[in-house]
Amino acid sequence: MTLDKANDASGSLICLEHAKKIYTMGRQQVAALDGMDAAFEKGSFWAVMGSSGSGKSTLMNVIGCLDRLTSGQYLFQGINISEYTDDALSDIRLRHIGFIFQSFNLIPQLTVQRNIELPLYYLGWDKEKSADHARNLASMVGLETRLTHRPFELSGGQMQRVAIARALAADPELILADEPTGNLDTRTSDQIMALLGSLHEKGKTIIMVTHESYIAEFAQNRLYMKDGRIQKVEKR
Amino acid sequence: MKQIQFSRELSSGIQTLLLHKLRSFLTMLGVVFGVGSVVAMLAVGEGASKEALEQIRKLGSHNILISSMKPVEEQAAGTPPSFMSIYGLTYMDHERITQSFSSVQKNVPVKLVRKEARVGHRAVELRVVGTSDQWFEVIPRPLLAGRTLMQKDIAAKSPVVVLTEFGARKLLAARQTIGQTIRLGVDSFTVIGIVKSETGASGAMQIPDREIDAYIPITTARSYFGDVVIKMSSGSRLREKVELNQIIVQVGSLDQVEPSARAIERMLSLFHKKNDFQIQVPLALLKQAEATKRTFNIVLGAIAGISLLVGGIGIMNIMLASVTERTREIGIRRAIGAKRKQIIIQFLIEAMVLSFVGGILGLAMGVAIPFFITWFAKMPTVITPMGILLPLGVSLGIGIVFGLYPAARAARVDPIVALRHE
Repeated sequence: MTLDKANDASGSLICLEHAKKIYTMGRQQVAALDGMDAAFEKGSFWAVMGSSGSGKSTLMNVIGCLDRLTSGQYLFQGINISEYTDDALSDIRLRHIGFIFQSFNLIPQLTVQRNIELPLYYLGWDKEKSADHARNLASMVGLETRLTHRPFELSGGQMQRVAIARALAADPELILADEPTGNLDTRTSDQIMALLGSLHEKGKTIIMVTHESYIAEFAQNRLYMKDGRIQKVEKR
Repeated sequence: MKQIQFSRELSSGIQTLLLHKLRSFLTMLGVVFGVGSVVAMLAVGEGASKEALEQIRKLGSHNILISSMKPVEEQAAGTPPSFMSIYGLTYMDHERITQSFSSVQKNVPVKLVRKEARVGHRAVELRVVGTSDQWFEVIPRPLLAGRTLMQKDIAAKSPVVVLTEFGARKLLAARQTIGQTIRLGVDSFTVIGIVKSETGASGAMQIPDREIDAYIPITTARSYFGDVVIKMSSGSRLREKVELNQIIVQVGSLDQVEPSARAIERMLSLFHKKNDFQIQVPLALLKQAEATKRTFNIVLGAIAGISLLVGGIGIMNIMLASVTERTREIGIRRAIGAKRKQIIIQFLIEAMVLSFVGGILGLAMGVAIPFFITWFAKMPTVITPMGILLPLGVSLGIGIVFGLYPAARAARVDPIVALRHE
């Protein structure tokens, strides 16, 4: 089930072809993605922008393998995964995708260490190895002294750093960040964005949804969406 | 790897449950009381039936008891004083049984007479049992001193007596026992042995021996005491002629007991115009007791099932609440890459921990209760391995059955919706 990380000839980590996602709301059908074509290269840093209802959340859900296309193709590392089973998609999320959310989404009853270890737990790592790895990740995000704390004992910025450490635990190629600074003040936002920037430098592919152009400035490329289609692409 | 995974699921499940200690404990209570009452009831039921079966075994499972019975029409009061009621088993009956049935291995005649036994100034009224040497094989009781009756005593009509332990204590106290002469009525007998005795009855059936018995050869009994008994009751004298009060028959194998009993009854009926004997089969009682026990167990099982069902519903209720409460957590786990199966296992294990720990606590309660019942009510209770393993297994099963639906609900949660859940 593991996708080979080096077999992609085109250089695109993610490729969407005629991607359509249609929601049925009562009798109305709403196209959240309306035949979108897009490619995200390996190692790139994208900011996805657009007003609410523009389809950016749907795009993130589809890329994150949390949702399926109604029609069209989703190629992950050149492999069409549109028809994958729920278990196979779970496995892709586990091994290849790390999520960062606006509201951090840490599990409240678990300590910082256990939260970071969570993907390793599902990967079946043994206890000592995952504890070591979690400690390394925690010190990378500057939280090595907070391992035994629970999420509610941390500040917003600290919680988001735990979430980043968790997203990195399985060493995925792709980091999906959904408004990662939406609940943070400017100074903390800057720190988090600096952290994401350093991940980009280490070669991670990052796709980030934001509505703040100031935050979007941190990204290398910007993609503007409107009505389920790409409105504009800015590349640096 | 699977094992590591399981033990970690287990420990994280326990940790989650410990977060809500009171809630987890209250949820368990249903199973605790369910299992506790089942274990306790099983122990009490088992104790009661064991006691009943023990009583029946004392009667001898291979035995058939034939007893003389005064016909109903002669029991009426107001019979003339000159009237002598002649009924019951005869020496001929005893002979016929020996001759007619090859399945009969032992055939013991029993003649009962009430006499006053006397040693010096000590006196006690007891039951004199005139019988053969085989009595002690059919009703086996430990021999405490001396010997039991022998063939030669029967043949020689010897004036010898075997006493029961209790009788010997009452009569002889500290004196030397074997060889002592005692008087039964007006006749002198030599004590040759002492046996233990059993008492009690099971259902309608009396155990053949009594606490205080004096066993003498049947031949001696017949020639000393005769066959006619005169009973004095409220100013009138009742004369009865009964040759044998009982015949105890023993057959070779268990499956011959009931056919033999039926055949003997048919044969005796040919010679008894009056309805003056009855046949009792301890084995039939045993079977009846076992059937009763089965019925009891079914009723018990139903009650147990209901109480465990209630406990299970309690667990399901809390687990469903927990799934709703933790929808967001489920979403996070799914987003991180947990498969549906893993979510199911997580919630299932929590339900199983609840029910199993409840089962263990219930077991402790269920073992303690019979202990107190035995202590205070002096009722026998028996805890069998089955009585422990069954409720424990059932409690674990309850966890699986009633945890499955909430766990499946948890796995069906859509991660996108769950992540938006507040």
